[in-house]
Amino acid sequence: MGSRASSLLREEDIEEIKKETGFSHSQITRLYSRFHSLDKGENGALSREDFQRIPELAINPLGDRIINAFFPEGEDQANFRGFMRTLAHFRPVEDNEKNKDLTSGEPLNSRTNKLLFAFRLYDLDRDDKISRDELLQVLRMMVGVNISDEQLGSIADRTIQEADTNGDMCISFSEFIKVLEKVDVEQKMSIRFLH
Amino acid sequence: MFPLSHLICMLLGISFTVWFTLLLVFIIVPAIFGVSFGIRRLYMKSLIKLFEWATLRMERGAKEKNQHLYKPYSNGIIAKEPVSLEQEIQDMRRGGAEPEFDMSDIFYFCRRGVESIVDDEVTKRFTAEELESWNLLTRSNYNFHHISTRLTALWGVGVLIRYGFLLPLRVTLAFTGVGLLVVLTSIVGLFPNGRMKNYLSDKVHLMCYRICVRALTAIITYHDSENKPKNGGICVANHTSPIDVIILASDGCYAMVGQVHGGLMGVIQRAMVKACPHIWFERSEVKDRHLVAKRLSDHVADKSKLPILIFPEGTCINNTSVMMFKKGSFEIGCTVYPVAIKYDPRFGDAFWNSSKFGMVNYLLHMMSSWAIVCSVWYLPPMSRMEGEDAVQFANRVKAAIARKGGLADLLWDGGLKRGKVKEVFKEEQQKLYSKVLVGSSEDGSSS
Repeated sequence: MGSRASSLLREEDIEEIKKETGFSHSQITRLYSRFHSLDKGENGALSREDFQRIPELAINPLGDRIINAFFPEGEDQANFRGFMRTLAHFRPVEDNEKNKDLTSGEPLNSRTNKLLFAFRLYDLDRDDKISRDELLQVLRMMVGVNISDEQLGSIADRTIQEADTNGDMCISFSEFIKVLEKVDVEQKMSIRFLH
Repeated sequence: MFPLSHLICMLLGISFTVWFTLLLVFIIVPAIFGVSFGIRRLYMKSLIKLFEWATLRMERGAKEKNQHLYKPYSNGIIAKEPVSLEQEIQDMRRGGAEPEFDMSDIFYFCRRGVESIVDDEVTKRFTAEELESWNLLTRSNYNFHHISTRLTALWGVGVLIRYGFLLPLRVTLAFTGVGLLVVLTSIVGLFPNGRMKNYLSDKVHLMCYRICVRALTAIITYHDSENKPKNGGICVANHTSPIDVIILASDGCYAMVGQVHGGLMGVIQRAMVKACPHIWFERSEVKDRHLVAKRLSDHVADKSKLPILIFPEGTCINNTSVMMFKKGSFEIGCTVYPVAIKYDPRFGDAFWNSSKFGMVNYLLHMMSSWAIVCSVWYLPPMSRMEGEDAVQFANRVKAAIARKGGLADLLWDGGLKRGKVKEVFKEEQQKLYSKVLVGSSEDGSSS
């Protein structure tokens, strides 16, 4: 019988998520409905298979990396709090003006945190540096078989050369921020959630 | 004691007689002649008023408690930008004549990926459509709160009516309809082939389907009946449930296509094919595309045979969209008569979620809903144009059906309900990106 989705989400939980992420009450209930509909096993958490069942995500070249971002280090299950925390990175920055009751500290959807999200897509081993290999891996995921190893290698070298300022042949987070300082990150990494 | 039990028997006898007479007069006789008293439409109008009243009460209840009423947004949780990969990447390039890799290129894929996690076009088509407001059925009450005692009482009365009165009535009718179908088609099958047999077969089929329509309390509005399918053509329609067949076949005569089943279905199939030629395939034959195409073409070439009814999506979709049409029926090269079917979900959800419910469960749901209300549009016939291949033709027909029925037109395969998406789509995305990356230096040479 139909999914009684929001009856499983308590008001206190909604308030906490609201404070932590900045989503509105109705946004949280609707995202919970979505979470619940993805959760085919009905165990209150999403597995990687649940995400891969979404065709549009399965054909996304970076699909696996994006799915990874929803799972905390070493875990196989994503609960609703974690789901919302990850989605919060994509809230538009303008929405913060409307919602003043966030806790202190940087909101999850600040420019820096959006960049950190993107950085972590490259930095698979979480050592806070994008090595040449990690860059090549992401490039290979995005182009498939259409570009040769040599060409891809030279693209990677060029990119690292441009970005690397301290000569360690890796891109650190601060170098990453510097390279992208002119890009409109707030707009490109935001999703327009309806109220 | 003796006179009392005698009295009870008499009463039971009388009530049965009355019951059956009413059934006969108000339901079966009109079904035979194809007329209607208009009782069902009246019923539908009263239900609409009831739902509106229920919504108002819920809104009032919400206002009193100073909370928001849950409103499922049928237009989505997010607003998506219809920007293509190339456009976005060009936008992000800062000056620079040669498009090169930029670390911000991943933003596009990243955002699209997360957008699809929040709201994608495909997975929501395989579950029942969410209603805008509650229709007093427990099964569609997912997030509706502020249900006052009056509403609950009304719901209780609804349960009594639906399960105590409507369900037994409908089950009786269903058995009558199916029983008559089997018996009468077998009798017609004894006639020699010819005009008389075809005439009788048509009448028998129509009558029994009409009884089945009443067994579901289906209120159907047919539009543009001048475009009804004719002999020697194929009728294609969007698929939401097995009931689609009953709905179309109660207004016209079709040759059905399907797999041979065992059990009750098998009995019905064998009886039907005695009266007029339907196309039933053995399980093994279904895989053989050439055999299937040959049998369909042979049937279509014989102008004395009825138009074939096919559902090219291949599976049940939830009636908010039309998914990929399989090209098999469009390769045959005859006239195609598209039909759009749109159900009104307020009265009862017709979608069969076969991964959640079996057939019996599904029929029980159908027969204990308020009603099945739908609209059927007969579209003008279409044929394959010069230079158009089967896939393009199929997409053109699909677009026409989607437009008429107010459904979303999707390219995705209905088979994604159960299976994984093909790798080739990901490879297309990768190819697209590669072109953007090295496109200008390899213009023309990349395919």
